[in-house]
Amino acid sequence: MDLLEMFVSVGFWAATVRMATPLIFGTIGELICERAGVLNLGIEGIMTFGAMIAWMWVYQGGDLWMAVAVAAGCGAAWGLLHATFSVYLGLSQHVTGIGITLLASSLSYFSFRLLLPDVSTPPKIEPFEPIALPGLSEIPVLGEALFTQTALTYLALATVPLCWYVLYRTPLGLAVRMVGENPMAAASQGLDVLAIRTGAVCAGSALMSVGGAFLTISVFDAFYFEMINGRGWICIALVIFASWRPGKALFGALLFAAFDALQIRVQQASSTLIPYQFFLMLPYVLSIVALIIMSRKAAYPKALLVPFRRGER
Amino acid sequence: MRLEPRTEATFWLRAMAPILAVIVALALCGFLILWAGAPLLEAYAALARGALGSRFALSETLTRATPLIFTGLAVAVAFRAKLWNIGGEGQLYAGALAATWVGTGAIDLPAYLMIPAIFSAAALAGGLLLLLPTLLKIRLKVDEVVTTLLLNFVVLLFVNYLLFGPWKDPLSMGWPQAAPIVDSGLLPNLVDRTRLHFGLLAGLVASVAVWIVMRFTHWGFEIRAVGLNTPAAVFAGIPVNATVVRTALLSGGLAACAGVTEVCGTKGYLTLDISPGFGYTGIAVAMLAGLHPLGVVVSAVFVAAIYNGADSMSRAVGISNYLADVMTAVALLAVLVSSLLVQYRIRRG
Repeated sequence: MDLLEMFVSVGFWAATVRMATPLIFGTIGELICERAGVLNLGIEGIMTFGAMIAWMWVYQGGDLWMAVAVAAGCGAAWGLLHATFSVYLGLSQHVTGIGITLLASSLSYFSFRLLLPDVSTPPKIEPFEPIALPGLSEIPVLGEALFTQTALTYLALATVPLCWYVLYRTPLGLAVRMVGENPMAAASQGLDVLAIRTGAVCAGSALMSVGGAFLTISVFDAFYFEMINGRGWICIALVIFASWRPGKALFGALLFAAFDALQIRVQQASSTLIPYQFFLMLPYVLSIVALIIMSRKAAYPKALLVPFRRGER
Repeated sequence: MRLEPRTEATFWLRAMAPILAVIVALALCGFLILWAGAPLLEAYAALARGALGSRFALSETLTRATPLIFTGLAVAVAFRAKLWNIGGEGQLYAGALAATWVGTGAIDLPAYLMIPAIFSAAALAGGLLLLLPTLLKIRLKVDEVVTTLLLNFVVLLFVNYLLFGPWKDPLSMGWPQAAPIVDSGLLPNLVDRTRLHFGLLAGLVASVAVWIVMRFTHWGFEIRAVGLNTPAAVFAGIPVNATVVRTALLSGGLAACAGVTEVCGTKGYLTLDISPGFGYTGIAVAMLAGLHPLGVVVSAVFVAAIYNGADSMSRAVGISNYLADVMTAVALLAVLVSSLLVQYRIRRG
């Protein structure tokens, strides 16, 4: 297939934006947690839970937007559990996160099996319809690709400037960055370090959960086991790739999704030459390569992984 | 309310932490059983029977515990050095690949040489797989949590490629599985009419060996020192990077042995589903054991009992056996809290 032809095709760019959406939600969510000094390895499980609960809500007759709200609420609840362990009790963020991922994903599967005991093929729902934004969607190629997406994709794209604005232009954002860089200094300014970290983890987890929900109620119409398939871990790599900056996170997610969209198209064209499994490996290998490339520039939030206990140095 | 460090924690206090966690996990999961509308006591009775209630149940539990001992040890060793190896699953499959390669005709040896050869090849494969993220961590400060996690997916896809491609057994009726391990490479059975195999003994020997290394040798001392306080270890002249590399080789090698016990013991050939997440469950096993190598054996048997028990509970009262995963995860989180209570006492004011 002609590569040039593909790069000017609407399908390719539309697929890129679509595939980037859950990564944008997940990466921005993780970025908010890490900026406050908390590594959230619960992301994979929280995305799984969001995917399950949103789909289940719609399947039981609920409204699509309510499903997004429910997913966000459940995500925030998982964040609260994470923060109780990692922030208030100061337990290992690594082990807490893995524990949350194991619990949230197994609970998702358990609930799914409990509510739908005897289905072999997952039932379908009516997902979000694409909305063509008037005017903008008539711009050739890029406009058609960007502005004929579903509502959740627009929401994801809006999250990025919002996150940037809050982090860099509001006192709240300054507080979040401060507790992630120097919690002692923040505390001496009278800020409640534990509460700010908890809030950041809850907000970030809510976004991750919506990212999972996007998969089941927007791009697909069913919930499959193992459907998150490492997307959460890729988001963690993207946060490092983006040097903890929302704009770069958006760029990273789009770049990554473009590679993914490219990979699928090349895979279809050359399936006889290279086995498809090697194409499926690409996203994971690319994430590792991205980490290696960015390693020299990685400026971690100074207090990432460091618990804060009042009156303890 | 505040936390105050305890000056010393007695053995009994430390032993109480996992027990407390397990009780909490069983109690909390009772709510899920009630939600599913099943009779609570009957469900737990079915779980206990399926886990330990008969000679067959007991042998199945020990068979299932075998790979968990190895993945649990792998995590216990790595986490002691604060090397966050979450790649047990990938290392397990790397070991399974090496075992299959050696065990299906690459070399021909009598059993007493073949089995050590398979274990060595697998341990080497697993160790090398963890070496890559470890070198990236040491040289370039690339976070090993993400790289080990991502490599799990890469390895599994590679196994998928081999089993659907060049390694597919032509006699397997189309199933994606590799050729069977030659007889001299199979781990001998321990007890008649059960699936219990030599891998369990290997696991017990490994845990004692790891305990001796960690407790009594200067290598073990260095590993613990690096994990407890890296700057102090540097100051004391401990070669930190070399220690972390040694830890990685040991940890990856141990996880890979779990692949051997499944391919050469439980199954007899490599399939895509030899591990239902043993690598990840190993984290729960190691944490429940307080990262103690001998404790890993106990917690591996316990976790295996939960999984086997949940299978028969699922048949008896019709609850999804994903409950076992939930229980293990709750136990993992609960043991984190209870171990905090061992290190700190709660004071009012």
